[in-house]
Amino acid sequence: MEKKRIVTLKTRDYTEHIEHDGCGECQTSCQSACKTSCGVVNQLCEQD
Amino acid sequence: MIHSFKLNGYPLVIDVDSGSVHLVDELVYEIITHYEELPKNELVMRLSSAWPKTDVLEALAEVESLIDEGVLFSMGAHEQRIKDGRPAGSSIVKALCLNVAHSCNLNCCYCFAAQGTYKGEQALMPLSTGKHAIDYLVRHSGTRRNLEVDFFGGEPLLNWEMVKETVHYARSKEKEHNKHFRFTLTTNGLLIDDDVIEFTNREMDNVVLSLDGRKETHDRFRVTQGGKGCYDVVVPKFKELVKRRTRGTYYIRGTYTHYNTDFLQDILHIADLGFDEISMEPVVCPPDEPYALTPEDMPLLKEQYEALAREMIRRDREGKGFRFYHFTMDLEHGPCIYKRVAGCGSGTEYLAVTPTGDLYPCHQLVDNRDFLMGNVWEGVTRLDLQKSFLKCNVFAREKCHDCWAKYYCSGGCAANAYHVSGDLLGTDDYGCELFRKRVECALMMKADEATNQ
Repeated sequence: MEKKRIVTLKTRDYTEHIEHDGCGECQTSCQSACKTSCGVVNQLCEQD
Repeated sequence: MIHSFKLNGYPLVIDVDSGSVHLVDELVYEIITHYEELPKNELVMRLSSAWPKTDVLEALAEVESLIDEGVLFSMGAHEQRIKDGRPAGSSIVKALCLNVAHSCNLNCCYCFAAQGTYKGEQALMPLSTGKHAIDYLVRHSGTRRNLEVDFFGGEPLLNWEMVKETVHYARSKEKEHNKHFRFTLTTNGLLIDDDVIEFTNREMDNVVLSLDGRKETHDRFRVTQGGKGCYDVVVPKFKELVKRRTRGTYYIRGTYTHYNTDFLQDILHIADLGFDEISMEPVVCPPDEPYALTPEDMPLLKEQYEALAREMIRRDREGKGFRFYHFTMDLEHGPCIYKRVAGCGSGTEYLAVTPTGDLYPCHQLVDNRDFLMGNVWEGVTRLDLQKSFLKCNVFAREKCHDCWAKYYCSGGCAANAYHVSGDLLGTDDYGCELFRKRVECALMMKADEATNQ
């Protein structure tokens, strides 16, 4: 349905690549810049 | 579960389980806000007093279309699908934080590592221990190809030759074992020279440079053993390193405290120095420290994040943009659901190594011998601890169940939770509140980007 009142931002579908998700090749969050908090959302997927 | 909020004029709705983010108009926002609490006819009647009924019906149809598409009020089956958050086994290690120096040439009283010593003896890691750590990592990394090593401390440049030799040693193992090492250096900058710049920019995938912002902010805490602030020494060195950096990432990383709750000015100062990758973290310390953030600071801090987001949008439009670590978010290519559930991997795939080769779950727990897990020669011997950390995922934290941000933070930092609540499966509520605000700001910026593309 075309929507006039809603813009859905493009987001990752959590279920789309579930078979090869969880490969563990992405960066460990504390190897970036935090060291005192955990914010996995700013990591990138290595499979994409 | 959904979360709806308005920020900078943008009404946004997040569908937690699908991860969908919807930018909506005011009428849709009202419908979604009340959709679950009111019968449909009552909802239409109520909203028809403020909007034409045809508009209400049209908006309602759009909302119900989202529900049908599974991107609003969705019910994810993530918990059932991911029993304990890691599909690939518990014994794999893929990242080490090498504390190559339990010693520091600065004397910052707010340091969570107790001025680099982690409440123990001053020590430098011998090269032989570093090599054993690399061997341990290779041996326990299973099929993982990308391995990460962070040179940390204390101040790692106090043990610079060892760092370089450890990098060479690790590189020599890559081909034979089909591994790729990614190195990070975290430094206060005092000892940066040409050799450090050349080697770091060639070998380190990431470099984290400590700068708290304005000179008066930086020099309040980041002082030499003699008490002298180091802003004037490190800023030119950081500029030179970043100017000559042609590969990999870097972050100028600061800490804010109760004394600079106007930390936006510190971030903008760093940006005005010409740096465009910036991180600024709330101080981690006991609540009775005079510089600890207080409950009264919270509204100010949230305002600062919102003002930062607005200013970043403004500067970006003027072509003078910069990136703020905690607002950086790739909605399409971000982490998979496993990562969003399991988090940082502390105590399992991520371990910290002390100068004597002892293994701890992470750098923030190195000062507590209750968390001593083993060493790089014998490996992890405290399997009970490993098991505890394996269970540290977002589903295991009671307070996370009803939190809309749980798949953005994966339940947060286990060490912070332990320090605040005494329980690895607790939460650092203060940190959570700041985190949620940062995510709202980041999503608002995404909405702005989408609107003005």
